Amino acid sequence: MTTLAAPRRTAPPPPSTRPRGPQHSVRAGLVAAYATLAVVAFAWLLPFLWALNTSFKSETDASALPVSVLPEGGYTTSAYRAIVDAGNVPLWMGNSALVAVAVTVLSLVVSTLTAYAFSRLDFPGRKALYVLTIASIMVPTQIFIVPLFDEMLALGLVDTYWGIILPQLIHPAMIFVLKRFFDEVPQELEDAALVDGASRLRIFLGIVLPLSRPIIAAVAIFIFIGAWNNFLWPFIVTNNPALMTLPVGLQAVTPGYGVTFALKMAQAVIAALPLIVVFVFFQRQIIRSISTTGIAGT
Amino acid sequence: MSSVPTTVTAPGAARTRRPLRRHPLGLLYVAPFVVLFAMFLVWPTIYGLWLSLTDRNLAGVDPAAFIGLANYAEAFADPVMWRSLGNTVWFTVLTTVPLVVLPLAFALLVNLKVRGQWLWRLAIFMPFLLASTVVSQICVWLLNPDLGLINATLARIGITGPAWLQDPSTAMYAVVMATVWWTVGFNFLLYLTSVQAIPAQIFEAAAVDGASGWRQLVSITLPLLRRTTALVVALQVLASIKVFDQIYQMTGGGPENSTRAILMYVYDTGFSSYRLGYASAISYIFFAIVVVLSLAQFRLFARRSAS
Repeated sequence: MTTLAAPRRTAPPPPSTRPRGPQHSVRAGLVAAYATLAVVAFAWLLPFLWALNTSFKSETDASALPVSVLPEGGYTTSAYRAIVDAGNVPLWMGNSALVAVAVTVLSLVVSTLTAYAFSRLDFPGRKALYVLTIASIMVPTQIFIVPLFDEMLALGLVDTYWGIILPQLIHPAMIFVLKRFFDEVPQELEDAALVDGASRLRIFLGIVLPLSRPIIAAVAIFIFIGAWNNFLWPFIVTNNPALMTLPVGLQAVTPGYGVTFALKMAQAVIAALPLIVVFVFFQRQIIRSISTTGIAGT
Repeated sequence: MSSVPTTVTAPGAARTRRPLRRHPLGLLYVAPFVVLFAMFLVWPTIYGLWLSLTDRNLAGVDPAAFIGLANYAEAFADPVMWRSLGNTVWFTVLTTVPLVVLPLAFALLVNLKVRGQWLWRLAIFMPFLLASTVVSQICVWLLNPDLGLINATLARIGITGPAWLQDPSTAMYAVVMATVWWTVGFNFLLYLTSVQAIPAQIFEAAAVDGASGWRQLVSITLPLLRRTTALVVALQVLASIKVFDQIYQMTGGGPENSTRAILMYVYDTGFSSYRLGYASAISYIFFAIVVVLSLAQFRLFARRSAS
């Protein structure tokens, strides 16, 4: 490295030396940045790659000592075939998809209507309800799983899809995000439609919602990821393996007999795959979703 | 807001919020939310208070009897309750520090106009998309004392790795490592968004004035990220104190209660011992702590934005 003391102080530097000095330090910094990032990226991807590697080994090779990358007996898909034969994982994945889609769609209906009313309409009890909704953002709902379970027991909703779905439809933070967005939609557009005799609901559905597509997509992605991966509540409210979502089924039902490292890693890979594939294709949208909605609190 | 005059504002007052229109039908818009909110959030909160004053037991056939504050008295004398609270605080401290420092560092690195942004984002953020069950299964496998990749690698360089999840002195650290790996991507994205939102002109002006890269970082970037940091810390503390999934799945709270968090103890007393009354009392103690913490953070925020 050349010393940069001399050119740095002179401003503006002579044209001949200008590109050299700073660029050298920038280049050195970039090399260091790339090196650090490469180490971090490798460390962060490694657990998943190791799981992938294990999942294609036979159980014998997976638990062989000393631990080696390549299996002595070659790679095999036996763990995956065992999972397909058992049939649990595809079933749970279907349940997860059903629950996550239902939670996302219903939450959007409930949350957009509420946020619109908070943004535009003055109805009795508006202020009290708004304060209560915002305050509830700070309280993790998981605290009250025991009374909630007892309530579900009384309602006969334990071990039902509705039992899994209904408590997941409350998203005060998302209502807050949506309301803030609706606040920015120009009211002149609605006023014109009102003069033309359109109803409030038609204005909401026909003007406000289409204008809010980006924020609604962001909220939808956020809710979907949360619902797809949710563990605690579905775990508590389902005992019947046929109704379990994927994260719950993988935890609650022990696969096979004896040593099952390869099998467990194959399960993990299958369970991880849907969202990873979605992420690879919709990276931009997902990242925008997290950075716009995550900032409001989860 | 409810007492805003209903007079129509002049068209010129574009920036000021217009008064809301009286619209009793607005109740219909919020009705679905109010019903769900009341049934699945407000009612469990109230019902939990009542439960905490009874001896309600899922296994018992007798109807629940009112027993006053007996559950609370028992909880305050319960060493496992205190141990769980202590573990929760310790877990929160151990996770919050790296989950603020690392994502900030990663975001600053990625922001150095490096190529292949998508790759770095993918690598760092991807674990966040995994379900807790997947994370736990992978980490349990990596941390296996004999067959795991971590101890096998340590053995290569002549170090005998600990039993990690089976050892009370290391189990908590193992869970913390797994948590950092899993969730760092979320805070990383919050930081990356904030860093990239800083106008480039500020740095250009600073460069013209002769400020070095390091100087720009200390005097411009970090101060401008202070609000984001406050938010990340607040969100992280709230996320960490309610930890359940990965601990339950990786250690079940053991060995010797060394990783049992408060929400797990609520679960254990409620669903393994069927003591719903006692579990609700612990919930309420936990609730009180969360409320105090939230109010403290709220006041801190309010003071920050006021100054």
